[in-house]
Amino acid sequence: MNYLIGLAGPPCTVNITFADGDTRKTTTVKKENGTTELVALFSGQETVAGEVQIDPLPGKKVEHTGIKIELLGQIELYFDRGNFYDFTSLVRELDVPGEIKDRKTFGFEFSNVEMQYESYNGVNVRLRYILKVTISRSYAANIVKEKDFWVRNMSPPPEINNSIKMEVGIEDCLHIEFEYSKAKYHLKDVIVGKIYFLLVRIKIKHMELEIRRRESTGSGPNTYNESETLAKYEIMDGAPVRGESIPIRLFLSPYDLTPTYRNINNKFSVKYYINLVLVDEEERRYFKQQEITMLRLE
Amino acid sequence: MNEHSITATEEQEKWLADAQNVVKQQSFYMRKALDSSNLREALKYSAQMLVELRTSKLSPQKYYELYMQTFDELRHLEAFFQEESKRGRSNADLYELVQHAGNILPRLYLLITVGSVYIRSKEAPAKDILKDLVEMSRGVQHPIRGLFLRSYLSQISKDKLPDTGSDYEGEGGTIHDAVEFVLQNFTEMNKLWVRMQHQGSAKDKADREKREKERSELRDLVGKNLLVLSQLEGVDLELYKSTVLPRVLEQVVNCKDEIAQGYLMDCIIQVFPDEYHLQTLETLLAACPQLQPKVDIKSTMAGLMERLANYAAANSQVLSVFAEVEAFEKLSTAVATVVEAQVDMPLVSAVSLHVALLNFVLRCHADRLDYVDSVLGSCVKMLAGQGKIREAKSVKAIVALLSEPLAQYGDVVTVLQLGHYGQLMATLEFETNKVMAVLVIQSILKNGTRIGDCARVEALFQLLQELIRDGEDAPPVDQLDQEDFAEEQNLVARLLHVLVNDDPEEQFKILSAARKQFGLGGPRRLVFTLPPLVVESLKLVRRLQARGEVEEGGVTPKKVFQFLHQTVEALANVPAPELAFRLYLLCAEAASDCDLEPIAYEFFTQAFILYEEDIADSKAQVTALQLMTGTLQRTVVFGTENRDTLTHKATGYSAKLLKKPDQCRAVYNCSHLFWQDQEKGTRDGERVLLCLKRALRIANAAQQQANATRGSGGPVTLFVEILNKYLYHFDKGNQQVTTTVLQGLLELISTEVNSESAVQDPATEAFYASTLKHISFQKQKGGEAGDRYEAIKVQ
Repeated sequence: MNYLIGLAGPPCTVNITFADGDTRKTTTVKKENGTTELVALFSGQETVAGEVQIDPLPGKKVEHTGIKIELLGQIELYFDRGNFYDFTSLVRELDVPGEIKDRKTFGFEFSNVEMQYESYNGVNVRLRYILKVTISRSYAANIVKEKDFWVRNMSPPPEINNSIKMEVGIEDCLHIEFEYSKAKYHLKDVIVGKIYFLLVRIKIKHMELEIRRRESTGSGPNTYNESETLAKYEIMDGAPVRGESIPIRLFLSPYDLTPTYRNINNKFSVKYYINLVLVDEEERRYFKQQEITMLRLE
Repeated sequence: MNEHSITATEEQEKWLADAQNVVKQQSFYMRKALDSSNLREALKYSAQMLVELRTSKLSPQKYYELYMQTFDELRHLEAFFQEESKRGRSNADLYELVQHAGNILPRLYLLITVGSVYIRSKEAPAKDILKDLVEMSRGVQHPIRGLFLRSYLSQISKDKLPDTGSDYEGEGGTIHDAVEFVLQNFTEMNKLWVRMQHQGSAKDKADREKREKERSELRDLVGKNLLVLSQLEGVDLELYKSTVLPRVLEQVVNCKDEIAQGYLMDCIIQVFPDEYHLQTLETLLAACPQLQPKVDIKSTMAGLMERLANYAAANSQVLSVFAEVEAFEKLSTAVATVVEAQVDMPLVSAVSLHVALLNFVLRCHADRLDYVDSVLGSCVKMLAGQGKIREAKSVKAIVALLSEPLAQYGDVVTVLQLGHYGQLMATLEFETNKVMAVLVIQSILKNGTRIGDCARVEALFQLLQELIRDGEDAPPVDQLDQEDFAEEQNLVARLLHVLVNDDPEEQFKILSAARKQFGLGGPRRLVFTLPPLVVESLKLVRRLQARGEVEEGGVTPKKVFQFLHQTVEALANVPAPELAFRLYLLCAEAASDCDLEPIAYEFFTQAFILYEEDIADSKAQVTALQLMTGTLQRTVVFGTENRDTLTHKATGYSAKLLKKPDQCRAVYNCSHLFWQDQEKGTRDGERVLLCLKRALRIANAAQQQANATRGSGGPVTLFVEILNKYLYHFDKGNQQVTTTVLQGLLELISTEVNSESAVQDPATEAFYASTLKHISFQKQKGGEAGDRYEAIKVQ
């Protein structure tokens, strides 16, 4: 049956629009096929309201057993692609069973929706929010229309933000002390710091900072870790001698970062690291990785 | 090796060309982007252009060429940033934007370029931006790349420092910020520059030399910072003293690198005003002993002293400041400290330091002999225990040290006040010491200096030791070049004549001192040195004679004669009989003039003894006898007895000469012994005639001898000569010489002349003719003489 219907195509078009669609902020989201799309931007506790407009095709009518709109928060793990886990699900009935011959518009509103997680497109996992309109039919397949929207949640400035300070080294070879002024950064922040060379017995060629993102999915023995290097930033050229201190100033704004996500609904985590890398003349790499917390500040 | 280096050069050329091409290409795109005001593209291409500066392959020189090319291109970018800022783009944004570049070197070049515009816009205080730039530049630790980057920073910021009176003062900061910035950049650049030395192997000589050459090519990049500091309006003496100099010196000392230390010390001295140096001498000099042993600190300090001296020469009013800040004392201490601290310093450098110091003193404090002496003293102290200095360059430096005061004062008397002069001279080995001594004498003679103080004379002799006696160091006298030796000794002899004092007491002391010194010189020298001493002593005698009476205990002619007696005796013992003989006679005559008969007699006696015992050569005898008769003739002091003894002896010797003509001449000369013109003189006409007759007899004998041996008579010269003697005495009014006697003699000669055996001799004939003419002339003259001559007939 579906097959026949499919051939005929749906008898109507469904359009979902937001009430403040003209004024609401949008953001660019990369889709799976590589294209980008502008989507509306929300944050937790906001009211999601708007209209659903149903236009039957000329000369057709839509018989249905009821129309509803859902607001879903879903997590999709790519090893289990197509299987969405809904962590939020709200429903509003739009119409009682009946028949639609002409354009019909339904208003909807989800007040102060709890959307504690941010939208996220990762390597192995995706977290998304959608509005989903379903026109249920008894003799034909349901007509479904989805609309993505994006959620970002601001966090308050951290109360404690200590510097990261550490002395590391290889015995009789290299001793350095590094200091990053903070452990927690907002997305447009600047990493400021210093590297002190306490002992240098290797011929260093250069030194760089990397910003790395580690995405963990699953849990227990089925945990998958995926790391990406988002930034490579050279901070020193040439070989320093004992006693030198090298300044660090890395602007985070050019990089596509998200806040740190810890154990989102027991499904995944996203963590950020600063990796300090020293490369010697034989291309050997010496590095030390430090986690930093990324925040989205108001 | 050669082939290898050519390849290396070619390789460099190629690398440079490649890099320059990339720069050209990228800058083309950059400019296109600038034309279309596309900031993002412009930044992209400029960064790609700057990436070429990351090369490690180029030598400093080639790198410089590449740097200059990008430098020019960056000016376009800077102009664009300027435009952007005018169009309303915030400089702060730009400043952040360029920092997104991933590679540090291009990023910093861009940052500095934006920084330049940012400062000029005054949207942020200059001091903050400068501080940020100089701090961020630490990221480049590669020596060459770091040096050029910082050089770029220095170049760009030069006209944007918050200097006193500049546009950027006030909000932009103060002079302290400006100084702090330049000092920091300087310090870091110097560190990078020094680090170059430690790259590569320290043992490979070629490698090291190459590195040092490369470093010297880059040194001006470092030095320019000091120039910038010196050009800051706000760096006044106070700031220089409290901050600039101490900080610069701290870096210089701490970098422990000889190339950097030498160069930077020179820089400091050259770029900052003399006035500042004068006021900070202590600090500046305190750094010198702390430098590495191999630093050519001598040149540096000499440079400083020369500058100060020039400064003093150009502004005479600053001399009081020199005294006030105790410039000399400080320099002098510094020299001593440096020499002491740098144990391995070559001797020549140490001495040269003293030369520099001396020059400084002579130019700034010429009136302070104590300073000059202290310099010499310090040098002597330093050389103590080194024995004679033989190393050629050091010797030269010591000679300079000794010659400078001579040249400056042109007056040995002044130099003689320098207590250490002689000690310093004594460090020179024989040959040089002698040269120096000659120089001293020449200076005295040239300037006509008179030295009339016994103490100075003794000091002078101390200087001239090597000339006056055989030193321990000297080769035996007979190995010396005789001509040089004679020349030197003649100089010493000449020297004696300027050692004069109007006070006879002092003069006698001087002579005694000279005698004592000369006495040490050995027979070879006495011959040269004693005669002038005798002459000077005789001069003294004459002065004493003129002075007349003396007080008790003072010097008397008698004393001087005793002194003379010893002196001539020493000469006789050399032996130098002829010389001693002459001098005895001189003394005798002087004694006679002083009316000291016994002394005169003694001198004659000594002379006669010498004649008898030591003058054997017949020619010398002839001369000696002439002298003797001459002297005796002038001597009137003797009583009859003494006189008889002496004249008897003299005539006796005359008759005993070997050759007849000599005998004849000596004898007719003796005739004068009996006819003295002086008032108290002997006038014994008879004995005169006796002598002349005897001479005539000898002349005859000579003639016969000639006839007998050669078959012809000799010329009649002797007869003519005797005739002249007769005429002399005739003129003098000797009654024994009568016209008859003269007539007889004339006839005799005439016969001889006309005899067949006579030998023609034009000189004798002329002599004879003149004699006859004289007679005729006297006749014609008339008067008393004419009357007397009347009786004489001439053919």
